[in-house]
Amino acid sequence: MQLSREELIHAYRQMRTIRAFEDRVHEEFAAGNIPGFVHLYAGEEASAVGFCMHLTDVDRIASTHRGHGHCIAKGCDVKAMMAEIFGKKDGLCGGKGGSMHIADLEKGMMGANGIVGGGPPLICGAALTAKTLGTGGVAIAFVGDGGSNQGTTLESYNLAKVWNLPAIFVIEDNGYAESTASSWSVAGSQVGRAAGFGMPGYEVDGHDFFAVHEVAREVIDRARKGGGPSLVHVRFTRYYGHFEGDAMTYRGKDEVPRIAAERDCLKLFRQRVVEAALLEPETLDAIDREVVAYIDRVTNEAKAAPMPTEADLLTDVYVSYH
Amino acid sequence: MPKKTYRQAINEALRQEMERDPRVILMGEDVAGGMGSPGEDDAWGGPLGVTKGLMPRFGRERVLDTPITESAFIGAAVGAAATGLRPVAELMFVDFFGVCFDQIFNQAAKFRYMFGGKAKTPVVIRTMYGAGFRAASQHSQCLYPIFTHIPGLKVALPSNAYEAKGLLIQAIRDDDPVIFFEHKAMYDEEAEVPDEPYVIPFGEANLTREGDDVTVVAMGRMVNFANQVADKLAKEKIGVTVVDIRTTSPLDTETILETASETGRVVVVDESHPRCSMASDIAALVAQECFSDLKAPVKMVTAPHAPVPFSPALEDLYIPSPAKIEAAVREVLAFKG
Repeated sequence: MQLSREELIHAYRQMRTIRAFEDRVHEEFAAGNIPGFVHLYAGEEASAVGFCMHLTDVDRIASTHRGHGHCIAKGCDVKAMMAEIFGKKDGLCGGKGGSMHIADLEKGMMGANGIVGGGPPLICGAALTAKTLGTGGVAIAFVGDGGSNQGTTLESYNLAKVWNLPAIFVIEDNGYAESTASSWSVAGSQVGRAAGFGMPGYEVDGHDFFAVHEVAREVIDRARKGGGPSLVHVRFTRYYGHFEGDAMTYRGKDEVPRIAAERDCLKLFRQRVVEAALLEPETLDAIDREVVAYIDRVTNEAKAAPMPTEADLLTDVYVSYH
Repeated sequence: MPKKTYRQAINEALRQEMERDPRVILMGEDVAGGMGSPGEDDAWGGPLGVTKGLMPRFGRERVLDTPITESAFIGAAVGAAATGLRPVAELMFVDFFGVCFDQIFNQAAKFRYMFGGKAKTPVVIRTMYGAGFRAASQHSQCLYPIFTHIPGLKVALPSNAYEAKGLLIQAIRDDDPVIFFEHKAMYDEEAEVPDEPYVIPFGEANLTREGDDVTVVAMGRMVNFANQVADKLAKEKIGVTVVDIRTTSPLDTETILETASETGRVVVVDESHPRCSMASDIAALVAQECFSDLKAPVKMVTAPHAPVPFSPALEDLYIPSPAKIEAAVREVLAFKG
């Protein structure tokens, strides 16, 4: 299905925002400005945006430890996200969550998750809420190739199927669970696993936004109409390490530069829309400039923002303390 | 006032809360039973019949049988709670927490804090605990200290049918995740239970006996053992205060310390193992906060640091008994500093 000009611009801007956000976090981390652990989504943008473009705030997603892209695609405030990653009081989670727990439930973003395989059971619950309350919403678990092997994920396939939930499992396979190749760690195939649970399963090139967007539309429509869960195996490449500071000695020589040159999702998107005369290069260039300036501004604001104080240490452990 | 069993009181609390609030749903293994089977629907109503009759009343949409996949359905209960339902999930035996603890302690317990106060996770996990059923090592544990240790969780241990109804209604209405511990040996015990709904607030201990000589702090089934001892010793003019803490988290430290200071002699009774237990926690609290009021060292009565044995001959030795509590009370009374 042809996307409108507005939709194409939105998709490109979102993907570009994620890329610029991650590139900047990479720089700031390397400069020692960001505390803790960060895991970057650069190279994988087409998946988050390709799926989340079909969603509204009534739909829920659960993410992984590599969650910045899903947050941005689901509509979380980018400035508050950056402040959160810097541990600031006006961060999206008041500085208490950080990169691995970034969330905004009002936007339907149920959290990045520090636990591999933590999301799928939660998404079964979110899908159950949608079904029970008749909201028409769907719930998507983004799961890494590592998380795809967790029992929680496989149990969730079973539960989603036997309860006929509006749930979608997106296996984001960037080739490596930490340093271990998915070609080695995943027995059978993702699509074969879906078949084993009686779910429709799809494999899609995650560098190709249009391919992802199309499959996403089909599985989301099915879930919304009561047709139950589906699985999508998205294959792509992450440009940075498992975590920032990972020297990536396990990767093939020139693997990242080669894929970035040939299969980068932003480049492929640009090539496609320009060749088809759907968007002009100048329009895309303008978005690139705007996004970089925007990320620069929110990063500077995040750096200048105040830290939480001792008064914040013990708040929000409970809703009520009795 | 009508007498009801612990089982009936819990069933009634669930029914009344489901009638009051359509967002309250139940899920768990065989909570109705018979799902997909050729025989009876509502075949079990939970393995011990606690949820019997709720599925016929509220339908399969609100009383959901699950596959035996605790990670998935406890996690689903947490996810449903974070998105607008008020699920009551049944973890059949607390011993099974090992296959779903991540969903409880890393997810449910931490959402509110990690997400900067913007999440509410009003899930209740009902679970059976305790020894005395000859159910051996993997179906008899207490484990509530482990849950009590986790910030973000609330932990309730009703000591009789009246307490069970009031504490469960509070748990369901509470906006935080609550682990609700039901002692399997108490389901047939009766108490006076009002027909109408009522709540017992969390973090407010109950003095089930009052006396001037010794304070016994207890929880769950151990409160009844402590009461028996207090009644026996009252005939010897020994006054025993029994503190039913009701919830281990939040813990009513004020009442514990007040009664400990009044009598100066404290016994803590906990069916769990001794290390990192409620007994050691409360003993440390008393020693730290009212040392100067103490007339004797605090005494703990707990199960031993061993798995729960199967043989009736061994299990009877294992469980803290009224006789062991009585001996501990007499010991602190006899202490001369």
